[in-house]
Amino acid sequence: MNGALVPIQNCTVDMIRIKCPYCGERDHSEFTYGGDASIKYPALDASESEWTKAIFFRENIRGMQKETWHHTNGCRLWLEVERSTITHEIKSVKACHPQIEKITKHK
Amino acid sequence: MTSVRKEKYGKINRDKVLGFTWDNKEYFGYEGDSLASALLANNIKIVGRSFKYHRPRGVMSCGVEESGALVTIGSGSKADPNVRATTQELYSGLIAKGQNAFPNVNYDFGGINNYLSRFFAAGFYYKTFMGLPPFEWGKGTGIWMIFEKIIRKAAGMGKASREPDPDNYEHANDFCDLLVVGSGPAGIAAAQEAVNKKLDVILIEQDSLLGGNNLSEAEFDASLLQNQLESSGIRVMSRTTAFGVYDNTVVGALERVTDHIPNPNSKLPRQRFWTIRAKHIILASGALERHVAFNNNDIPGVMTVNASRHYLNRYGILTGNNIVITTNNDSVYQTALELQEAGSKVTILDSRKNINLDLPKEIDVHLNTLPFSINGRKKIEGLDVCKATDKNNKNTIICDQVLISGGWSPIVNLVSHRGIKPIWNQENLCFVPGDIKENITVVGSAKGIWNKNDCVKSGLVGANEAMNTLGIHKKEISFPSVGGWLNPIDTLFEVKSNKFPSKSFVDFQHDVTAEDVRLAHREGFISVEHLKRYTTLGMANDQGKMGNIIGLSLMAEQLDKTIPEVGTTVFRPPYTPVPIGALTGRNVGKHFRPLRVTPMHQWNIDHGAKMIEVGLYQRPWYYPKKNETLSDSYIRETTIVRKTVGICDVTSLGKIAIQGPDATELVNRIYTNPFAKLPIGKARYGIMLRDDGMVMDDGTSWRLGENEYFMTTSTAAAAKVMSWLEELLQTRWTDLKVNVTSVSEQWAGTSIAGPKSRDVLNECVLDSNEISNQNLPFMGVLQTKLKDGTPCRVVRISFSGELAYEMYIESDYAHGMMDILWESAKKYDGCLYGLEALGALRVEKGHVTAAELDGRVTIDDAGLGKMASTKKSYIGSAMRKRGVLNADDREMLVGFFPINEKETFNAGTIVCEKNNIQGQGIGRITSVTHSPELGHWIGIGYVNGGLDSWKDVTLVGADPVRNKQMEIKVVSPHMIDPEGKRMYA
Ligand SMILES: [Zn+2]
Repeated sequence: MNGALVPIQNCTVDMIRIKCPYCGERDHSEFTYGGDASIKYPALDASESEWTKAIFFRENIRGMQKETWHHTNGCRLWLEVERSTITHEIKSVKACHPQIEKITKHK
Repeated sequence: MTSVRKEKYGKINRDKVLGFTWDNKEYFGYEGDSLASALLANNIKIVGRSFKYHRPRGVMSCGVEESGALVTIGSGSKADPNVRATTQELYSGLIAKGQNAFPNVNYDFGGINNYLSRFFAAGFYYKTFMGLPPFEWGKGTGIWMIFEKIIRKAAGMGKASREPDPDNYEHANDFCDLLVVGSGPAGIAAAQEAVNKKLDVILIEQDSLLGGNNLSEAEFDASLLQNQLESSGIRVMSRTTAFGVYDNTVVGALERVTDHIPNPNSKLPRQRFWTIRAKHIILASGALERHVAFNNNDIPGVMTVNASRHYLNRYGILTGNNIVITTNNDSVYQTALELQEAGSKVTILDSRKNINLDLPKEIDVHLNTLPFSINGRKKIEGLDVCKATDKNNKNTIICDQVLISGGWSPIVNLVSHRGIKPIWNQENLCFVPGDIKENITVVGSAKGIWNKNDCVKSGLVGANEAMNTLGIHKKEISFPSVGGWLNPIDTLFEVKSNKFPSKSFVDFQHDVTAEDVRLAHREGFISVEHLKRYTTLGMANDQGKMGNIIGLSLMAEQLDKTIPEVGTTVFRPPYTPVPIGALTGRNVGKHFRPLRVTPMHQWNIDHGAKMIEVGLYQRPWYYPKKNETLSDSYIRETTIVRKTVGICDVTSLGKIAIQGPDATELVNRIYTNPFAKLPIGKARYGIMLRDDGMVMDDGTSWRLGENEYFMTTSTAAAAKVMSWLEELLQTRWTDLKVNVTSVSEQWAGTSIAGPKSRDVLNECVLDSNEISNQNLPFMGVLQTKLKDGTPCRVVRISFSGELAYEMYIESDYAHGMMDILWESAKKYDGCLYGLEALGALRVEKGHVTAAELDGRVTIDDAGLGKMASTKKSYIGSAMRKRGVLNADDREMLVGFFPINEKETFNAGTIVCEKNNIQGQGIGRITSVTHSPELGHWIGIGYVNGGLDSWKDVTLVGADPVRNKQMEIKVVSPHMIDPEGKRMYA
């Protein structure tokens, strides 16, 4: 991931408030930060080196990052949020689970 | 200085007289006065003492930058120190006191420091670390230990009350299209323009009256302004300070709700902490007039020029009889005329050689003239002046007040909060806001625009810029240019003194002099950030609002650099102090954190439980009989459990319902041990690892049906495990058809432990033969009914090592369950037992809890390696095989005995080899108890290499915190009934 600064267009949601697809726009204090949402976790029987790569070798992204947030004090959905680590601007929010995403998208 | 109230001047209400107390004497003022104006009206000159030298100080300004008039308001638990008298509204019955002085600000013994000032120069505090010069210079910190006590006692302005804050505070949120900070000419213009275009506008003003610097003008009428603005649709928040600007145009603001009201309604909050989310912010925060450093520039009677005008036109107070104004800029001439007209004799010293202005004929103006030194100690007796071009050419002007204008500094603080560096404007000798890429616009004198018409215009332009960014329209905009004086400002920050030590103050409140800045430079502190910390310049309540620029200019001079090359320190929130009470809001007392009680909380208390907080939960700690102490009680309870039977509330355990066709698959993937073949009606103890292979939690899962499990977790990890399962199911294993539901609150749980527990249970259930060894074997699960017909769940499980069960029932029936169980247990001489006995029982058996599973241990470290399946993959199964996690010398769970059986030890004790008692040792004791069965203290914990490495070796338990050491030996953690005969009985 390169660290080039790309101006962000049409960001309607900000860091301080996350638009939960189920509950609507809520203060970030209702959520718990998860981590990098782009990590593909290996299969349980994958090798130690594959797991090591997934768990310890993480990008420290400067710019837009896909990350997970848990609506802990709300609907308890895990959300995938695209957030700029520089400006906290949020580009998109969706449910992590594909079926839940389908249902909540049209809400 | 003789200050007097003038008829016909001011915006105060002379029909309403307010009595107040200053230093135990009673005075009067009027409605609309500030405390400072009321003190000046009563001709009170000395209102404070400075921090280090205890020099007498008077009112120096009319606003938040005040560095002299810091006072304590109220008394007892309501005492509020370091209040700026200039911003405190007067109310009837206000009690104010001078501070940092004994016996009072007029006669202060601390004043002796003024004569010892050579010892209190810059960095004095730090130099005491190295020894006191000249006596033991460089010999180290010995003297520091003595001086620390004295310094700590002497340091700090004012004294905080040691009693709890009796006031309420609250948090509030608001939203708007446009937030305007400041109600001066620019701010009002911006707000009106925006509201006319149908924007939702909030206007914030820290003062009680709107108008900003307009309030310093005689003809300005503030009385109707707020109503006018509000009726046009602007939401006005006066007495509210925007103290910080945060990410994405969020503003933190503090509203003073009752600070100006005598005996306010106790239901009202004293202050309100606002979080305001705006789509655009306009900062019209104004500018502050600067001082100039010269000898004795702090004698009571020194004030900024604009402050004097403000006191005249807002409060009707003429601050001096015989006034000298010293300036380097054009802004003072109007004030001079007004002061002269009000009855003072006014002399102007202008540092500039020639200026193009219609100089007032009735005022004595000396060009090319500088202030050199003020004569007098507690009041001004005269001013020595000199020619700017010839400092030896001196004479003295007799006067009672010196007004200073060293130029104006735009308030760039709020922009700085966004990490935007201010830019030095050499033409106007001030920092102006840097380039802003966010939805923030700065207007008015905050932008460095001095001319009032241009300020209004910039407000209009600012509103249009806001509408551009909000997409309401697209307009070409152009701001009026910075500056606006006819004649250029003269570079004048300091008039150097020939006196040593000189008293040319840069930062008044912290007594930082021009000489201190030069000393800091000589001692190598050349970065502004170091200068600030070494001299404490800009670190007082005003945070450098008065002195920072002078300090920077002096440092620039020493370094032979320009001010922009030296740079400025970063302003951080808050702009003015925010009480901790306001930050806390309603999160105090019982609201500090929620209290969780179990459904049988009252039952426990009714039956004599002493409670203890575990996380948020209140749990029974022990059930003392008559005069029993904690240790009497838990030893008795432990003994009874091992002998007959005991009952303990275990509701705080986490409980999760796992349902769905893939429930078995989920449970099998998250536990290290096999669950795939767990039959219906059986439970299993399990360990969960994290992704990285370390232990996350332990607990049990009971198979209730083909597709249904009931999971219990530890109390500590209940919320964590729930979130973890949700994360796995929603992000990783999205194909699994499983639903997890937290049912912790729905089920009340109790443990029934001891050899007689089966007999007790059989008396309590509907069918009194149901609980047999065959019907309910070890780890068996039964869904049955209590004898009153209430459905319940029973599992045969043991944390104590005895024959034991846990019973769960719907929370609403908890009291009934406890009544039935207890009635039966009493017949067997049973007891109720609490957390302390629970701990003792499990330590005797070597069972681990959160104290042992602290996130740093592997399943092997905890002695549970046999529970890690080799036949399946599970979370953590790959990573637990990492080399470092399998080293032979890793710590392993063991038990500890004291060699001398009379000795006790504590959790946290460090285990060391006998001749090497240092550092982290070779292990640690995590849990301890007295073991009634063994008759002495025992512990469990970890030691490198485990029992095999240290068997029969005498080790030392070091407890440096409690200054204790004892000889100990390592034993197996399973200290009682290691074969588990009792449990399986
Ligand atoms: Zn939600």
